[in-house]
Amino acid sequence: MEQVKSFYETPSPPGLTGIKAWLLTHDHKRLALMYLWVVMFWLVLAIFIGLALRLELMFIGETIMPPEIYNSFFTLHGVIMIFLFVIPAIPAIFGNFFLPIQIGADDVFFPRLNLFSWYLYVIGGLTAIVSLFTGDGFADTGWTFYVPFSITTETNVSLTVTAAFILGMSSMLTGLNFVTTVHRMRVKGMGWMQIPLFTWSLYATAWVQILATPVVSITLVLVVLERFLHIGLFDPDKGGDPLLYQHLFWMYSHPAVYIMILPGMGVISEIIPVFSRKAIFGYKGIVVSSMAIAIAGSLVWAHHMYTSGMSDVSVFVFSLLTFLVAIPTAVKVFSWVSTMYKGSILMTPPLLLALLFIYLFSVGGLTGLVLGAAGTDIHVHDTQFVVAHFHFTMFGGTGFAFFAALHYWWPKMFGIMYDFKKAYIGSVLTAVGFIFHYVPMLILGLQGMPRRYFDYLPQFETGNFLAGFGGFLMVAGLMLMFVNLWSSFRQRVQASDDPWGGTTLEWKVPSPPPLHNFVEIPNVMEYPYDFSEVLSKAAQNRG
Amino acid sequence: MEKTIDKTGVRIGMWIFLYSEIILFGGLFVLYAVYFHAFPDDFASGGKELNRIFGTANTLVLLFSSFTVAASITAIQRSKKIQSMTLLVISILCGLIFLINKYFEWGAKFEHGLYPNSEHLLEADPGFIIFFGLYYTITGLHGLHVIIGMTLLAISLVLVMRNRVSAERYAMLENSGLYWHLVDLIWIFVFPLFYLVL
Repeated sequence: MEQVKSFYETPSPPGLTGIKAWLLTHDHKRLALMYLWVVMFWLVLAIFIGLALRLELMFIGETIMPPEIYNSFFTLHGVIMIFLFVIPAIPAIFGNFFLPIQIGADDVFFPRLNLFSWYLYVIGGLTAIVSLFTGDGFADTGWTFYVPFSITTETNVSLTVTAAFILGMSSMLTGLNFVTTVHRMRVKGMGWMQIPLFTWSLYATAWVQILATPVVSITLVLVVLERFLHIGLFDPDKGGDPLLYQHLFWMYSHPAVYIMILPGMGVISEIIPVFSRKAIFGYKGIVVSSMAIAIAGSLVWAHHMYTSGMSDVSVFVFSLLTFLVAIPTAVKVFSWVSTMYKGSILMTPPLLLALLFIYLFSVGGLTGLVLGAAGTDIHVHDTQFVVAHFHFTMFGGTGFAFFAALHYWWPKMFGIMYDFKKAYIGSVLTAVGFIFHYVPMLILGLQGMPRRYFDYLPQFETGNFLAGFGGFLMVAGLMLMFVNLWSSFRQRVQASDDPWGGTTLEWKVPSPPPLHNFVEIPNVMEYPYDFSEVLSKAAQNRG
Repeated sequence: MEKTIDKTGVRIGMWIFLYSEIILFGGLFVLYAVYFHAFPDDFASGGKELNRIFGTANTLVLLFSSFTVAASITAIQRSKKIQSMTLLVISILCGLIFLINKYFEWGAKFEHGLYPNSEHLLEADPGFIIFFGLYYTITGLHGLHVIIGMTLLAISLVLVMRNRVSAERYAMLENSGLYWHLVDLIWIFVFPLFYLVL
């Protein structure tokens, strides 16, 4: 095949050189990589903040930090992980890079808006940093900013909230860009049922981003207004109702957890069929379930508020709706498992991570039902059980999907392959550490240990120690994983255009792709997961 | 690589953005609905404090400006540059009149001691406090959108002047116009909710 210049060698717009070729670029691939490095910075920072929190909790009493710092740290960990890592990670990095390629386009619909979103993201992050060191220190409210505490606390809530506002805008504009791109830029011949599942999941996510983000924006604006003008919209003394804040907040923030998980599910839906060499089981089922999760997930927000003093009718209705979300989620899990059944499975690091995702996410989903049922929720509400459930879905789910996506698309993004053995060890170590870390928390929660507490009673000592121990294992595994990926830049083992035998369009272009993604107009398959060609090629090679 | 501009796509993007703006105000309207349900009487007495003449005048001004913006788009489609620019200037002036009106209206309220957290307001019934809290929040946010809309119209005006917006390429003007209509539309909801509440 003739040599094509990769996008690294062709700046867009043309004529830009050096750092400008990155900071002013309109190329979705360069922007994706710029997101990658910034997101990784925040991820590593928040990992170590989380580890510090758990180290503090390993032993009774003050271990390494005073209670005020502890409060700020868990807020900081939450704000960074939610707004700067989990929400943007998969859409902004892999979505930006692969959504246009998967639908045969040469860029997103609004390239300049895409660059603007990146700047909003960076500015949002910087605002969060500034809020750390100005005023009376970082917010100590937790990432939910509940009133009345968020209005009365002395700490720098206003700036932290502003950061979240800017980040929300960035994520919404990315969603707007993706929806328009999917509608208007699909290559000729690609109908809705030929779109790869990763792109489908991003499409569903984008709608939730557009639908829900403005609600949290206005809620956060109201928090700032209350702090400066004391209007009293949430203040019972002035006729306001604090419960309304929770409604408005969760009206966004619950759909937001589907913003976080749907792209991860899309990644898994790509990886499983490729390494099973078998068409995905129930393509349409997965598409429909993505949209169903997006819709039903927008109607369940008040299940965070069973103990806040809602009417019994609301509790009943929201509990029922919550259970309904489990159905499309289960459709996906069963589809993945059925895809592997009787497939010819090729074990690779991305597949291992995808399998870990399925296991950990299932535990997260099932513990979610414990919380969705009003009766059991009242027992474990605001305990460590919730923390463990949340991390099983967000870290065991989205986090592992993110790592799987990193390992799956790494050769395509950089044209190089990493060391498999270290990747396996890193993944397993992370997963084992994960279990040690969060299973004790599930038990602690059932025993009644509240979350966000600086200290605890002696009977919780063993569990907290074990969780801390697991935390160290997990961080060691993660660091091994990242260092392994990083060292692939030094070894520079060339990766082929299609190292895995994938069928979607990104595997039909050179690694790394050229500026306009495609050398020739791509040929769209009738069905995106048809592996007959890959299998016959493999049979030929075997001779 | 030269590409023809996909006008439908640009329009889809703009409409989605406008939609998100409506949701932004939607959150506030939800608050209004809940509190109106809780304090119907206080809201009625709050509404009587507002000056309906000012409100009606502002509504008419905005409606008129929506017309002139729409007309300026039609003018540019017919390549009538001067006409389009004149209509844009009138629209921006209407926005300015709206803001000046608002300034006097708010000023009068401030003189009567009706502003957030004022001593006079805090003595009133809870529903009355909430009514004015919402009044200032919603009309304030709407005023901010008027300013953004005027800025967009001003940018479009400059672009028309420099022939960057023409009969072939008027997406920027059209989108600014759409934004201006949104500002108008939101006011159409704000006006009855506050000034005409029974």
